[in-house]
Amino acid sequence: MAETTINETPVLEILQKCPTGIKGLDEITGGGLPLGRPALVCGGTGCGKTLLAMEFLVRGATEYDEPGVFISFEEKSEELTKNFASLGFDLNDLAARGKLLLDYVHIERSEIEETGEYDLEGLFIRMGYAMDSIGAKRVAIDTIETLFSGFSNEVILRSELRRLFRFLKDKGVTAVITGEQGERTLTRFGLEEYVADCVIFLSHQVANQIATRRLRIVKYRGSTHGTNEYPFLLDEQGFSVMPISSIGLDHSAPTDRVSTGIPRLDSMLEGKGYYRGSSVLVTGSAGTGKSSLAAHFVDAACRRGQRCLYFAFEESRNQIIRNMRSIGLDLGQWVDKGVLEFRNSRPTLYGLEMHLVVMHRAIEEFRPAIVVIDPISNLLSAASEMEVKSMLSRLIDYLKMKEITAFCSALTVGGGEGGRTEEGMSSLMDSWILLQSLEGAGERNRSLYILKSRGMRHSNQVREFCLTDNGAKLQDVYVGSGGVLAGAGRIAQEAREKAEALERSQEIECKQRDLERKKALVEARIAALRIGFDSEEDELERAISRGKLHREVVTQDTLAMGRAREADATPPPEGNAPVSGKRERR
Amino acid sequence: MSETKQDDALSPLGDTTGEFQLALEESGTGNYLLRLYVSGMTPNSIRAIENIRQICAEHLEGRYQLEIIDIYRQPIFAKEGQIVAAPTLVKELPPPLRKFIGDLSQTERILLGLDIRTKR
Repeated sequence: MAETTINETPVLEILQKCPTGIKGLDEITGGGLPLGRPALVCGGTGCGKTLLAMEFLVRGATEYDEPGVFISFEEKSEELTKNFASLGFDLNDLAARGKLLLDYVHIERSEIEETGEYDLEGLFIRMGYAMDSIGAKRVAIDTIETLFSGFSNEVILRSELRRLFRFLKDKGVTAVITGEQGERTLTRFGLEEYVADCVIFLSHQVANQIATRRLRIVKYRGSTHGTNEYPFLLDEQGFSVMPISSIGLDHSAPTDRVSTGIPRLDSMLEGKGYYRGSSVLVTGSAGTGKSSLAAHFVDAACRRGQRCLYFAFEESRNQIIRNMRSIGLDLGQWVDKGVLEFRNSRPTLYGLEMHLVVMHRAIEEFRPAIVVIDPISNLLSAASEMEVKSMLSRLIDYLKMKEITAFCSALTVGGGEGGRTEEGMSSLMDSWILLQSLEGAGERNRSLYILKSRGMRHSNQVREFCLTDNGAKLQDVYVGSGGVLAGAGRIAQEAREKAEALERSQEIECKQRDLERKKALVEARIAALRIGFDSEEDELERAISRGKLHREVVTQDTLAMGRAREADATPPPEGNAPVSGKRERR
Repeated sequence: MSETKQDDALSPLGDTTGEFQLALEESGTGNYLLRLYVSGMTPNSIRAIENIRQICAEHLEGRYQLEIIDIYRQPIFAKEGQIVAAPTLVKELPPPLRKFIGDLSQTERILLGLDIRTKR
């Protein structure tokens, strides 16, 4: 038997609790209902009292091995069995295994004649007998107020009721008593005055045509408990309460990263992507590619084998798969492999709190690593801004606690920053990617930039976000004197630049060729000059040698003449000899 | 069918009442089958037993069968008889089924409820 104790109250005798096994209820009651005491569950018609009572017994029987007795004043055993079969509770099987005993108490006013003093010992004996026969630890009584319609003597009834609750306490069973909501009181006949330990109130409110079931713990003697109204869900899995009060800010902070699925976006985020367990918000006006960004993230995660849960509030599953195929992403394969699951619903299907409950449960069931909410802003249509903010903070807190990476897209109206949605959400989000439409030159182009990303040095650059047949691509936008250009503008600008560059390079080439030509010309001239010079030099040298030769001949002649005349005069000094020698060569 | 039963009180009853019908036929004591469920010997129980015995003796002499069941000893009967209050007198036969709760001190109401016409 799982008994939880709480230590908040410094009392000598610590109140022991009996876990109900109902999702969420044990959390807000701090462990369950008061052990061995009756608890009152009240509320209007059709708010789920019977279901709560029954699930308390069924969970007790199946999860805590505590047999239970269900005393029904309203529905026959067969009817109950049938009704709960649709919730997956096989009451017959539990009854056959001695875990559950259904006892229908039939009270028909027209059959009963009061003829004097009486008490309700018959009921006590029946209950006592039923409990003893299966060793019940839990009892549910639904709805004991029927007694008031069957018997007219209220004095006797009230004293007997008091005795009944004492009897239950003496038996040591944990009991759930249901009661119909009264006009001014919690229950029509004031049962709350007998059951003083724990009172749970269920309501079913309709606001903006959306019905939400809520649960509130009116009173829990000797224990702390959540005091808020908690939405709860009744469906094929029974009762689930969402402890939606913020869990707190003590969640862990993983440092590892998950890829965004777009390499260039990763590189804008220090080359690694988002932090695991962080919350990512993508905002943008209609058609800026929010879902495509989400699909990339999901695709990359599935490729790594991480489970993804995709809450779609706008499109159906098949539509998303089809649309993403157009940018080259096959999400269908991941659905087939069971790593990706879509949960599609209309935001107005139920209230915001209900959405939260449903999402919670889906997350609990599927245990994803990544949750996509596309788009989160659509939930706005189901509630007011304040409610959305509180819901989101609870959801984000919850996801962080579970270390699930949350990817939320939000639609902004008008394409500007600071839309209504963001105001409420931006502070909750760790990373905020803004998708914008850049309008100009007769076209709209998608651009992407990272508005914030906590705890990392992210790029401050605007990128053009292109959706191609092979997935989303990020491209540098043209930033220059003409402003930021994207799309055809960017392409035109690039072409222009290319042309200019080409022109420039051609010009350079041209000049180079010019230079070459000039150089060649000069060289040719130099060669011609040299040739001229060479021939001139030759001529001169020949003349010189001719002169020298002539002079030598003259000298020889003179000497010969002198010899012949036997003159004593000597020929002129030798210093003139080379010149005359050269002249001689001539 | 219920009309037949009332008109011809001594004749065999419908199949629906099976056992009781047989019991009645065999005993041949009369058309009233009364069961008094008491919870031990409380003052209320004792008064109820005394009162019903007296009523039967006065008004149903020779045409009734009275069973007194202590649901303390036989709690299963409390469930089967759909007993909530104690003491409870159940008029099983003739139909319609009626229940009288309390110590049966209000004789007039009981006679009316038992549909005993001949009052003295």
